Amino acid sequence: MAASIDVQNLQIDFPLYHGQSRSLKKTLLNKAKGSSRVEENSQHKTVIKAVRDISFSLRAGERLGIVGHNGAGKTTLLRALAGVYEPVGGRVQIRGSLNAMLDPGQGMNMELTGRENVALRGRFHRMNQQEIEHLQEDVRNFAELGDFFDLPVRTYSSGMIVRLAFAMATAFRPEVLLMDEWFLAGDASFRSKAQERLESLVRGADILVLSTHINEIVRSWCTRVIWMEDGRIRADGPAGEVLDAFAGGKTDQSLFPETVLS
Amino acid sequence: MDLVKQSDVSTSQDEETEFAIDLRHGLGLIARHRMACGDVAKGFGLWRLALTLSWLDIRLRYRGSILGPFWLTLSTALMIGSLGFLYAFLFHTPIRDYLPFLSLSLILWTFIATIISEGCTVFVSAEGMIRSMRIPFSVYLGQLLARNILILGHNVVVIVVVFLAFQVPVSFAAFAAIPAFLIWMVDGIATALLLGAICARFRDIPPIIGSIMQIAFYVSAVMFKPEFLGKRGWFLLYDPFFTLLQIVRQPLLGSIPGYATYLSAIGFSIALCALTWYTFLRVRHRIAFWI
Repeated sequence: MAASIDVQNLQIDFPLYHGQSRSLKKTLLNKAKGSSRVEENSQHKTVIKAVRDISFSLRAGERLGIVGHNGAGKTTLLRALAGVYEPVGGRVQIRGSLNAMLDPGQGMNMELTGRENVALRGRFHRMNQQEIEHLQEDVRNFAELGDFFDLPVRTYSSGMIVRLAFAMATAFRPEVLLMDEWFLAGDASFRSKAQERLESLVRGADILVLSTHINEIVRSWCTRVIWMEDGRIRADGPAGEVLDAFAGGKTDQSLFPETVLS
Repeated sequence: MDLVKQSDVSTSQDEETEFAIDLRHGLGLIARHRMACGDVAKGFGLWRLALTLSWLDIRLRYRGSILGPFWLTLSTALMIGSLGFLYAFLFHTPIRDYLPFLSLSLILWTFIATIISEGCTVFVSAEGMIRSMRIPFSVYLGQLLARNILILGHNVVVIVVVFLAFQVPVSFAAFAAIPAFLIWMVDGIATALLLGAICARFRDIPPIIGSIMQIAFYVSAVMFKPEFLGKRGWFLLYDPFFTLLQIVRQPLLGSIPGYATYLSAIGFSIALCALTWYTFLRVRHRIAFWI
């Protein structure tokens, strides 16, 4: 059986436990009355409805782009797909090996050296010592870290962290690839190199789910687009159509720098 | 769609039928058991990751220091040396009798107390990793246990030196400490899981645990020999900290504890594990939201 993703009526709520007080609750509830993403659940707890009523299916060969404004629920949806957050309602099923590139930090320990962080990632993928050494060389060369590879990650520049994270995340070839938009950061010279490696990774994967608000990338890579708004699916369809609607629906063009990559 | 497919078509058969992710809301009891067992089983599969994590923890703690982890040994030795002479005098006990007892007692207690206090933060402190990828929660428990066993290993040096210096005889009874230590490991995992989950949800628990541990330290015959209490020591059998400590400590000092001690220790362990499993079934899927 090939890779697939099935999502039915997915709902993710974030509970607000800490620093919660009656008055805060009231303020939030009153403020949110319009869009009502902050609600009281059946147990009288304040929850933020991050994602609701999400249903879609992906089969091998499909490349899905998720677009939407900040706070629309894109990242939460990706995390739910990656199994970090378990559904508060509905169901998520994924078939095939999975790699989720969710954020540049991605479980990296800033106190450890780049080499040690790579070793940890290797262990996570059940590699043995030899495979890990191989992986370390691969990452070190690709990320162009030089001697920094043996220094704690906290001494790196932010560009170096992104390069390390990128090299590490793209070293594994999954069937299902979940990606957040952070990988588009990094300096210009690295970007073309990254693009190349990423494209080969994307081609290698059976299914891609990409969350970004950079239209250009979605247009060139994705076959299908889901437009999210307030935690729900606003539109779902062929990339071109939904992107045009999305672009038409927004007022300020400058918010979406479509030329970032060119 | 003209897609170049590079991924292996020949992935093993059993993997094809399995879901990488299969999560849904409203699981029944059996499904919850299956998820919890899966977490533990996958955690065992990742034992190398847990071991590497724990080793790196220790390396990190002592990065740049000359003695490294042996600072632990040194500070334990200093503590036991100074306290030993003082309390031997206070309790009117010969030092050759008291010091071996104290070294064993204190080091074992430190092991228990550290697991409990670190157990409170086991998930909260792993927030970055838990939020970025799906790793079985049992990996973090394994990391905590392995780290503390490594630290115990450094401290054992002190016990060995004290035992050699005072020529304490070690009898065959010492072997009884091995199964007892296995009980400790199971209890250690259970405690960390229980506290880690509860403390992630209720942030007031760690200080409460802290004060309980403080009292337990003075009550549970860590600093003084249980014989010192005479007939008033009856309550010790109802103190799980004491009985658990005793099933490892007493064999190493040359005698097998009474069966009441074992009964109490094992009974408490079973209750602890049952409570932990019940809690894990109920909250496993919520932990990521709490941290």
